[in-house]
Amino acid sequence: MGITISNISKSYKNVKALQDISFDVKPGELFGLIGPDGAGKTTLFRILTTLLIANEGTATVVGFDVVADYKKIRNSVGYMPGKFSLYQDLTVEENLSFFATIFGTTIEENYDLIKDIYVQIEPFKDRRAGKLSGGMKQKLALCCALIHKPKVLFLDEPTTGVDPVSRKEFWDMLKRLQQKDITILVSTPYMDEAALCDRIALIQHGKILEIDTPQAIVKHYPKQIYNVRANNMYQLITSLNKYEHHHSVYPFGEFVHYTDNRADINPNDLILYLESNNLLDVEIAKTVATIEDTFMELAK
Amino acid sequence: MNNNKVIQVEGLTKMFGDFTAVNAITFDVKKGEIFGFLGANGAGKTTAMKMLIGISNPTSGKAKVAGFDVFTHAEDIKKNIGYMSQKFALYDDLTVKENITFFGGIYGLSRKRIKEKSTVLIEELGLEKVANKLVGSLPLGWKQKLSFSVSLLHDPKIVFLDEPTGGVDPITRRQFWEMIYKAADQGTTVFVTTHYMDEAEYCDRVSIMVDGKIEALDTPKKLKEQFNAETMNNVFLKLARG
Amino acid sequence: MKRFIGFIKKEFYHIFRDRRSLFILFGMPIAQILLFGFAITNEINNVDIAILDHSKDATTKEIINKIASSKYFSTKQIINREEDIASVFKKGQVKAVLNFEKDFSKNLIKENKATIQIITDATDPNTANTISNYVNAILQKYQKELNKDITMVYQIVPETRMVYNPELKSVYMFVPGVMTIILMLVSAMMTSISITREKELGTMEILLVSPLKPIQVIIGKVFPYIFLSIINAAIIVMLSIFIFKMPVQGSLFLLGLESILFIISALALGILISTISATQQTAMMISLMALMLPVILLSGFIFPISSMPLPLQVISNIIPAKWFIIIIKGIMLKDVGLQFIWKETLILLGMTVFFMTLSVKKYKIRLE
Repeated sequence: MGITISNISKSYKNVKALQDISFDVKPGELFGLIGPDGAGKTTLFRILTTLLIANEGTATVVGFDVVADYKKIRNSVGYMPGKFSLYQDLTVEENLSFFATIFGTTIEENYDLIKDIYVQIEPFKDRRAGKLSGGMKQKLALCCALIHKPKVLFLDEPTTGVDPVSRKEFWDMLKRLQQKDITILVSTPYMDEAALCDRIALIQHGKILEIDTPQAIVKHYPKQIYNVRANNMYQLITSLNKYEHHHSVYPFGEFVHYTDNRADINPNDLILYLESNNLLDVEIAKTVATIEDTFMELAK
Repeated sequence: MNNNKVIQVEGLTKMFGDFTAVNAITFDVKKGEIFGFLGANGAGKTTAMKMLIGISNPTSGKAKVAGFDVFTHAEDIKKNIGYMSQKFALYDDLTVKENITFFGGIYGLSRKRIKEKSTVLIEELGLEKVANKLVGSLPLGWKQKLSFSVSLLHDPKIVFLDEPTGGVDPITRRQFWEMIYKAADQGTTVFVTTHYMDEAEYCDRVSIMVDGKIEALDTPKKLKEQFNAETMNNVFLKLARG
Repeated sequence: MKRFIGFIKKEFYHIFRDRRSLFILFGMPIAQILLFGFAITNEINNVDIAILDHSKDATTKEIINKIASSKYFSTKQIINREEDIASVFKKGQVKAVLNFEKDFSKNLIKENKATIQIITDATDPNTANTISNYVNAILQKYQKELNKDITMVYQIVPETRMVYNPELKSVYMFVPGVMTIILMLVSAMMTSISITREKELGTMEILLVSPLKPIQVIIGKVFPYIFLSIINAAIIVMLSIFIFKMPVQGSLFLLGLESILFIISALALGILISTISATQQTAMMISLMALMLPVILLSGFIFPISSMPLPLQVISNIIPAKWFIIIIKGIMLKDVGLQFIWKETLILLGMTVFFMTLSVKKYKIRLE
């Protein structure tokens, strides 16, 4: 009774937005759709929320077909679109009670569900939504999406453009909602948020690269990654890219993530090579793969 | 003036009525440095940056950018800096070449120079096949790389990047950072404002603004040590929660 | 029903919190009516004219007296030769010359016909036209008097359009037109903008993914504007009655009903526009280009339809405003009842039903 997606494809004019997508989201799962802008995340969300019709394939949400039973789905899902989509000229409370009314309920009826989140914005309930900070807007939007007690919650890039503190709070809220038997499908371009999901699908150019738990995805990374640093980042990257055995070279914060073509390497060889390229203070150390490394390896 | 310091800011303040948007910030940026200017939305980053690029007058304090005073020589500053933002970058309804020609033109490059530059630039970015296509039809990542190159057309001393890489795929993002490293290696100073903390990890030094003040300023490595945090994201969380 | 009321409540919040659109909503009708009433006018006052009287008899003297004593004209010059006509015009001293033929009185009595030539300076065609209309009106009035005294009728004068506006007040002619424009603008543009605003904000996505039916959304969007448009129509009618002392002849009730019909047709057009535009800006452009211009140019409000080229006359038939202007002119100025305007009303009703059906059909339950 969660979400099933089988062989969904969707094209706009000459762009293939989604190509043969299939996966299931189990009831009560917190499922993450991870990919950059333009990967097809929003298109998939709109198909599942009955706003678009796929060219091929079928999908069900809480057991209902997204095309034939679209009215039933609209009654039982909550949806938070990508951009902030509340009425800026209405106050916090007016927004919430408007969405309660159109779903045929009241704030009081489902107050339990939103209480945790709403108390944080309640002090500002007479403030117009347009005057709230990014984090507050997002909390209000979540409350509005939850007010009719949906069985499935669709959150399209809820944390884009929100500061780290609000992002963290938001994910904490999702974890608590999950315990109230709500299935959550969330999309994000931030790879570091992937680890907070039960399972994730990595998506790019309308194709799924991999689906698994975050831990498993990282474990499947085929190579040993080395953190390399030196006194000059640009020279370091250029030199590594010229190194005959290199497999991948990606800047990664203050380091470069380097993988080698050979099964076993002696870091000292690499240090010698880099020093012969006039680099100083070279350091090399083994490190573990992240979701981002996996994503890049799969997308390569 | 110390030639090695291309941005010098001392006690820079901006008030809007009673509200202090930027509260006496002080910092220097060295030539060829990649400087991360971080803070949450509304912390005052954008206001501070507007003062530095000469489009907003400070209430008080001192600031020199590329050797020019922000109070008296704002126009000279504009000639010596490049600017790129995720919100506004290039004209979608002009082709790649037309965009380069247009922006080269605004910065007063000669026609010959524009031609040379655009050939080199298109080749470097591997855009030969799409040089005559509308920019709107290009993938986001390409646009951003092109936009960055365009902001460097007039060889500015400093380039200001406003949240440059939000939303692009991880590989394109790294290519973008490689371009930044290259520019810095060639002596261009890069000033990045962002609220994406993972972007901060790539900078030589970062400052973190909270409520109009700079609360921390150091290399990412030292900041992580100082706050006993694994990532810049956690440094920020600790700072913001006091 | 509760959902519906909640929706309408929200719409009113939007309207009353947006100062600018509220100003357009209520400021515009007042400003337009006052503007048309006072500033942009076809009326003339104290226009300088010259007289060339070849007969100099009792009748011509009387006519000249009548013209000179009206507040519209002042006789600046008496000229004696045909050749002087050109020179007075060239000097710009007068706007018109009245040229009475020889033996004016005699001809009138003998042949039942006498001629005055009204020569106007048509470099300003509007004024020229108005001057000749005014002179004609004065002449007709005089003829009437003349015919009253003499039991035998000398001349049969066809009634011209000025009979329904005997004082020649142009504001009376403008009120129906301005009312039409304002109702069109408020109803069509405001609804199309308010629907596209939801698209732009992304709230339309949420409304679609809710149990609200399309028809509920449409009626919810439209209802507040029906209400506001009726208030607007009332303001316009009151202004014209109380400020311009315009005598509204016909039934106010009928006027109200016809206005509501027109408002609904405009609202349907507004919804139609919103289904084809993605942004508020496009909605506004389309409303202005596709609705406002035809209403102003082709409805007969400013340019008489009868003097348009045939293709434009045909096109004018598909413009609801044309029919509405005929209807309200009839009611306001001629006191006609439904029996005289049922045809126009039926056409308007047909158009309304057509647009409504089309817009409900075109309203999408999905995003594409």
